[in-house]
Amino acid sequence: MTRKIVIEPVTRVEGHGKVTIHLDDEGNVAQSRFHIVEFRGFERFVQGRPYWEAPVLVQRLCGICPVSHHLAGAKAMDVVVGAGTGEGLTPTAEKIRRLMHYGQIFQSHSLHFFHLASPDLLFGYDSPPETRNVIGIAMANRELATQAVLMRKYGQEVIAATAGKKIHGTGAVPGGVNKSLTAEERDRLLKGDGGPLNAGQMVAWAQGALELFKDYYRKHKDFIDRFSSFPSNHLSLVRKDGALDLYHGVLRAVDANGKRILNDVDYQEYLQHLREEVKSWSYMKFPFLKALGRENGWYRVGPLARLNTADFIPTPLAQKEFEGYKAATGGKPNNMCMHTHWARLIEILHAAEKMRELLQDPDILGGDLVVKGRRQPEGVGIIEAPRGTLIHHFRVGEDDLIQMANLIVSTTHNNEPMNRAVNGVARSMLTKAREITEGMLNAVEVAIRAYDPCLSCATHAYGRMPLEVLLYDDRGQLLARRRK
Amino acid sequence: MTAKAPRARKIVATTSLAGCFGCHMSLLDIDERILDLIELVEFNKSPIDDIKTFTKECDIGLIEGGCCNDENVHVLTEFRRHCKTLVAFGECALMGGLPALRNFLPLKECLEEAYLNGPTVAGENPGRIIPHDPDIPKILNRVYPCHEVVKIDYFLPGCPPSADLIWDALVALVTGKELEPQYRTFKFD
Ligand code: SF4
Repeated sequence: MTRKIVIEPVTRVEGHGKVTIHLDDEGNVAQSRFHIVEFRGFERFVQGRPYWEAPVLVQRLCGICPVSHHLAGAKAMDVVVGAGTGEGLTPTAEKIRRLMHYGQIFQSHSLHFFHLASPDLLFGYDSPPETRNVIGIAMANRELATQAVLMRKYGQEVIAATAGKKIHGTGAVPGGVNKSLTAEERDRLLKGDGGPLNAGQMVAWAQGALELFKDYYRKHKDFIDRFSSFPSNHLSLVRKDGALDLYHGVLRAVDANGKRILNDVDYQEYLQHLREEVKSWSYMKFPFLKALGRENGWYRVGPLARLNTADFIPTPLAQKEFEGYKAATGGKPNNMCMHTHWARLIEILHAAEKMRELLQDPDILGGDLVVKGRRQPEGVGIIEAPRGTLIHHFRVGEDDLIQMANLIVSTTHNNEPMNRAVNGVARSMLTKAREITEGMLNAVEVAIRAYDPCLSCATHAYGRMPLEVLLYDDRGQLLARRRK
Repeated sequence: MTAKAPRARKIVATTSLAGCFGCHMSLLDIDERILDLIELVEFNKSPIDDIKTFTKECDIGLIEGGCCNDENVHVLTEFRRHCKTLVAFGECALMGGLPALRNFLPLKECLEEAYLNGPTVAGENPGRIIPHDPDIPKILNRVYPCHEVVKIDYFLPGCPPSADLIWDALVALVTGKELEPQYRTFKFD
């Protein structure tokens, strides 16, 4: 008898992600799958649109980190208009875009930390679900809830000032930006209006959030170190000198022991190194490093991967935290899934420091906004989005219309790791079990959520990913049902 | 918002169908007023509080996104059944939005581009697999705006609608006062 267990958002129909687990007649896990249930068709329907529309069109795929798509699209089109990659822009354009991006990292990571992670830290992983969301925090700790709201607000204000709008802005254009900051805008963001919304306060709050996590870690080291931990490769952009850089760099990948498996390659050449596999049971593809093949070439992206590939962090406070973080693994790559939360918090601090630094740079007030060169038929734009490496690749005809678009989003890179995580939890908690336990539900959820997948970050941006487990026998008869 | 919360709080449910979640993010952009909002209304089925199925009948349902697969249709029908007033918010819910760009093309071409022809899949899919499985929803032939599937009572335009517009509309619906749209809340890109 084969039994099938389905875990999915309770509102099954709302489904952004869904897990099925098949047991063999001995009750062992035969197979588990993490399904992605959304399909949009972007690659085809963007064909025939003028190239300059790409940065504003593509971001409508994701309203949670639209700036990442906006900038990756713009970076690809920089190449198309002959402005080169990264270094080709004017200092004003490059710094305005960076400010926009670090604002985005700051708001998105803060949202994740306060709305998803902090309720667990404050109330415990096993507390009743009703309390584990922003409303629960607001009821229990109004001060922290206010801080959560204001940190996100600050990031959104930075985005509005640089992109023109908080969600789906228009600031980045092929070859540069369409606005810089006025001195008034700069002053307001740097110093605030007398309230807490200023650059210094954000650095301080980011440090506070890190302390909250580290305190929890000290008390629950065993759980944080062990839960859903498994070795993998890691991929991200790094600056040419090996520094953490979320806006621009070269592609680097390391294996679980730190060996370079992709050595700082120019990302215009990404096609030579990355391929994707299609599976019938998920709308999301499975990327892998071509040289290592499907079996061994999968990797993780995101905060954990970035702190594994980078050699150092180019801002002082985050670098200090980075040193402590690296010491926990003796300088080796960190393969502990739950340490992603720690890495994310270090990035929040880095983003806060970067924003403060950029706001003090007179270049952001400059007027030299756009450059153009010789028109190219093709361009690749890559950026480190909050959840990891984001790839945009376009071909453009002589008539200026898009002929081909290829997108690999952060969550797609993490497809295989999320599947492995679910499999690991299923194997350790389901084997021989005849019933679905609350603990199993919890564990699956916590394992997936550490990757902050965009699909369910949709469903759990405010709350937690809803789950339901259905247990079937081989005739499709429902044996048990449990939801949370 | 300084008004005291009325004794009987209105019940609100929200969902994201074929949208990008940007409309929900814009709802979050009411910032500090979110703390007033949770005193003003009670959230039922919504990502905001993690209630997964309707536990009671609701006064207001907020819908983001149109319908691109059979699950979207199912949720939307459920919302119509359980909410007295249904509000479509954002371009996707109103007109289909960006996902509806595929309405001008055969679905087959969109699937083939994504799974057979794209530069990172080309040569990697010898079995010519296009995802299909009882465990994933069926994609509709085109993307449908919400009002083509169920009756919608109010529409809030924008991509996304501005946070102020969402706030003003919610306050109007909750207090029963007429919405007086402000120009600045309707000023788009
Ligand atoms: S209307 Fe705009 S912001 Fe809202 S879901 Fe659609 S694309 Fe996203």
